[in-house]
Amino acid sequence: MKAEARLLIFLGVFIGIMGIVYGIWSKEWGGTAMLIGTGILGVFPGLYYRWWSKRIGYRPEDRDATMEEGAGRIDTFPGSSIWPFTLGMGCWFLVLSLVFGTWFAVVGIPVVMFALAGGTAESRRGGDPAGH
Amino acid sequence: MVDTLERTTAHEDDHGHGHEEHHGPGGLLNWLTTTDHKVIGMNYTVTSVVMLLIGGAFAMLIRAQLTVPDGAVVSLSKYNELFTMHGSVMIYLFAGPFAFGGLANYMVPIQIGAPDMAFPRLNAFSYWLYLTGSITMLLGFLTASGAANFGWVGYAPLSNAVNSPGAGADLWIGALILTGFSAIFTGVNLVATIFYLRAPGMTMFRMPIFTWNMLVTGILILLAFPVLTAGLVMLYADRHFGTHIYDANGGGSPVLWQHIFWFWGHPEVYILALPFFGMVTEIIPVFSRKPLFGYKGMVFATISIAALSTGVWAHHMFTTGVVLLPFFSFMTYLISIPTGMKFFNWIGSMWGGQVRYTAAMLFAIGFLLTFLIGGITGILLASPPLDFFTHDTYFVVAHFHSVVMALVLGAMAGIYYWYPKMTGRFLNERLGKLQFWMLFIGSMVFIMPGYVLGLQGMPRRMAVYIIDPTWQNLNIVSSIGGFMIGLSTLMFAVNVISTIKAPKTAGPNPWDAHTLEWFTTSPPPHHNFYSLPNIKSERPTWDYFHPDAPALIHDDHDPSHVPGGAKADAK
Amino acid sequence: MIPSVNDPANSSDSGIVRSRTSNSSRKGLKWLALVVAPILLSGCQLPGFGITPGVTTSSHKVYKLWQGFMVTGLIVGGFTFVLIIFAAVRYRKRNDEIPRQTQYNTLVEVLYTVIPTLIVAALFYFTIVVENPEVALASNPQATVKVVAFQWGWRFSYPGNPSVNVVGQTTQNPELVLPVNETTRVILTSLDVVHGFYIKDFNFSQYALPGVTNRFDFHVTKAGEFQTQCTQICGLYHSLMYFKVKTIPAAQYHQCLTSATSGDSFVACANGTSSLKATVRPSATQGVPVHHG
Ligand code: HEM
Ligand SMILES: [Cu+2]
Ligand SMILES: [Cu+2]
Repeated sequence: MKAEARLLIFLGVFIGIMGIVYGIWSKEWGGTAMLIGTGILGVFPGLYYRWWSKRIGYRPEDRDATMEEGAGRIDTFPGSSIWPFTLGMGCWFLVLSLVFGTWFAVVGIPVVMFALAGGTAESRRGGDPAGH
Repeated sequence: MVDTLERTTAHEDDHGHGHEEHHGPGGLLNWLTTTDHKVIGMNYTVTSVVMLLIGGAFAMLIRAQLTVPDGAVVSLSKYNELFTMHGSVMIYLFAGPFAFGGLANYMVPIQIGAPDMAFPRLNAFSYWLYLTGSITMLLGFLTASGAANFGWVGYAPLSNAVNSPGAGADLWIGALILTGFSAIFTGVNLVATIFYLRAPGMTMFRMPIFTWNMLVTGILILLAFPVLTAGLVMLYADRHFGTHIYDANGGGSPVLWQHIFWFWGHPEVYILALPFFGMVTEIIPVFSRKPLFGYKGMVFATISIAALSTGVWAHHMFTTGVVLLPFFSFMTYLISIPTGMKFFNWIGSMWGGQVRYTAAMLFAIGFLLTFLIGGITGILLASPPLDFFTHDTYFVVAHFHSVVMALVLGAMAGIYYWYPKMTGRFLNERLGKLQFWMLFIGSMVFIMPGYVLGLQGMPRRMAVYIIDPTWQNLNIVSSIGGFMIGLSTLMFAVNVISTIKAPKTAGPNPWDAHTLEWFTTSPPPHHNFYSLPNIKSERPTWDYFHPDAPALIHDDHDPSHVPGGAKADAK
Repeated sequence: MIPSVNDPANSSDSGIVRSRTSNSSRKGLKWLALVVAPILLSGCQLPGFGITPGVTTSSHKVYKLWQGFMVTGLIVGGFTFVLIIFAAVRYRKRNDEIPRQTQYNTLVEVLYTVIPTLIVAALFYFTIVVENPEVALASNPQATVKVVAFQWGWRFSYPGNPSVNVVGQTTQNPELVLPVNETTRVILTSLDVVHGFYIKDFNFSQYALPGVTNRFDFHVTKAGEFQTQCTQICGLYHSLMYFKVKTIPAAQYHQCLTSATSGDSFVACANGTSSLKATVRPSATQGVPVHHG
């Protein structure tokens, strides 16, 4: 995690400094705000990973390790799910309602709610390795 | 349905056994419900190549219109729609999604030894947003007032409700919001996958260079796309809710849109380019049978490109008269250094090697040459006094097509390289080489007249132009090049279609390649691996098959002294 | 606009710089100076690489900058091009042996970092040298013209004589009249959307932005007529938003401006005719009748 954290912090700090230099020199606040905001967007997750890397130390993927050291359960992955598609259609209708009027939202909003509920329920079930 | 994954190790005896096939729903339902990164990657690849064909078809119409000064293939207003949709389809719906949604989605998890993306359902969701976004954008042509017609950059106030009324513009905005979120989710997924799902021993500095490029691309997406989405929401608000954010008459600022757009737009240029850099950087060493020359330097160059790319946006705004010229010129020169360095990594990788001229390698070399032209002319444009008289002329059109045609060549390199992995079948090499020459020469013939035309003063986005024999001749030549590119695309289509029924003869590692995707079967099984080799360098597959030929960190040292060399784990 | 002494593009005396570089002991810099400096200094003998020196003092300097950049670009690009082709051909597959697996070479890597850095540093330096006077505003311009762009035409007005207003749309080219050998201040804005005010023979362009007033100076050196048009997409008739620039001797300019009673009479006077010959052009569907040059 250490290298990952460093990468993000470097990017964030660099962009932030650039933002400060740019702001002082140009006095153009739109660009300055975007640069500093972007810098923060890099530093924050970077600091989070730094904190995390201190807690967990070196994972097998952070050092010279053999496959055996990482043996065992990796994670649980959903095999298939209808909810992403449903949610996608809902969002599409929401966007179309921006163009063609509210009745698209009448369809879109329930579909989105339905998909979010379904997807969440699926994740809860997915906790136990029931697949194969 | 849930799969829990256990990791197994490579032993020569059990290589290729031991994992039963995945049984999920088949057919249409499979397509709708899949969360497998390989299927999603394929969907992305196919959809984005279709977008390339659609955008290419628009380009053919544009080039047909321009063969005569007062072309009547389309009307003035349709022409504006055509170049807007050509640019938009190519940038938003082809180049980006092809790279980070298609090949990266497919290859990155396999390259780092992961069974899938970190958030498979989010991954599927981002594909659906991309598909619906694409449809939304193209729907513009079916509306009464036509598609968006203000250029792919949508400058305010031309894009406001007064100057561009009608549904086409709103569909364009809606499409960009959908595909924008799609890109953000893909970015999240790429970064999380690379941070959390690497196989043991796959340290950051052992990641394949394509994966590195995709990591940096993912981060750039996360930094840049939120800005565009926010800008689009404000544009929509200006159009429909009576705000005046970009409206000079209402106290707003049209230039603000340009700042926001390019604050996203320049990183976007690298979001588009880095994946293709990654592809050719993967391909050139493999077909030279050498490690990537200067791997670490390349990684640092990529990171510094990301850092600098957020600070150069206003080089697209030199002629606005309201930006800090020296700052943006200086930053642009800075970013050209790491970009330029990459050429020497590529050359160094071929140097002293055994270069095999496969179709993929030819496309990669074509990428280098075409991108070189785009890079050099980019250096010219980074100088404000030179940008002043080339801005918004065909010189700029030629400059960025040198870059994007290089990306198309890179995309083809990637397809010819990874097609056997994705399908188990080879594309026809001879047809591929023919396609390469057609595409490469076509690109040159198409691009070069543009430079001359631009310097002679032909502005871009012209449906009709002045009667001047030189201008017309140059335009005719350019159109011929364009049609050659079109022809090359047909060859590609024929090539793909003719393999659909072919036997799967590729085998796991047909190119004697370096990275983990070539360690598994072609196509890979569900969740990618039956077993994995130990990872001691950024070339685990090569190290496994060539334990006596590790990379030489210090050229003059004896290989056996190389720390971390594959010698150590030779079995 | 004022030519400055430290402007290398403006100086034909290459001896100064040559002696400076020969004193330099740093190898990289010397190499760089050897490539870049003579190119920038002997600009006149070089081809134009697609552009002309133009007819303003700035456009001449921009021309030389362009030549310097083009030569540098061709050398760097040519060098890289040759290396790519050489590597691909020289090291083509000969047999099935595994080649030496060289991955790093510190010297080479340092070189290809440092040399490009020096090159772009030089390019940036010459950029600034040309750019600063180009965008600088003179303290006392002898003439001033207000340019207002709109969909789809131009209005040129002259604060020196409020009754002179030249307006033209797609069907009729408006004419912008500028004095020769005087500094003219251009005040540029737009009524509606963004337009591009571009004059090829001045090697220059600037956006006409709504809500923003841009100012810049021209110092024209030659009388003539220059056809040009809008470069930034501005809607339906963007392709037809032409205008013409006419540069005339300063004395005539001022005489015409004072005596004019309207835009038409001013343009007619500048053209040396008593009444304006309107260049009426049919719509696009009937062809685009403007001839180049
Ligand atoms: C198939 C080969 C291609 C041809 C013949 C072609 C042709 C053209 C032409 C002639 C224009 C200028 C239109 C005008 O300004 O009036 C144009 C604009 C553009 N092209 Fe292409 N193009 C091709 C491929 C691509 C690709 C692969 C991309 C991106 C990945 C791309 C992106 C763009 C963009 C962004 C614009 C600017 C649109 C605008 O002005 O708003 N093109 N193309
Ligand atoms: Cu840019
Ligand atoms: Cu225009």
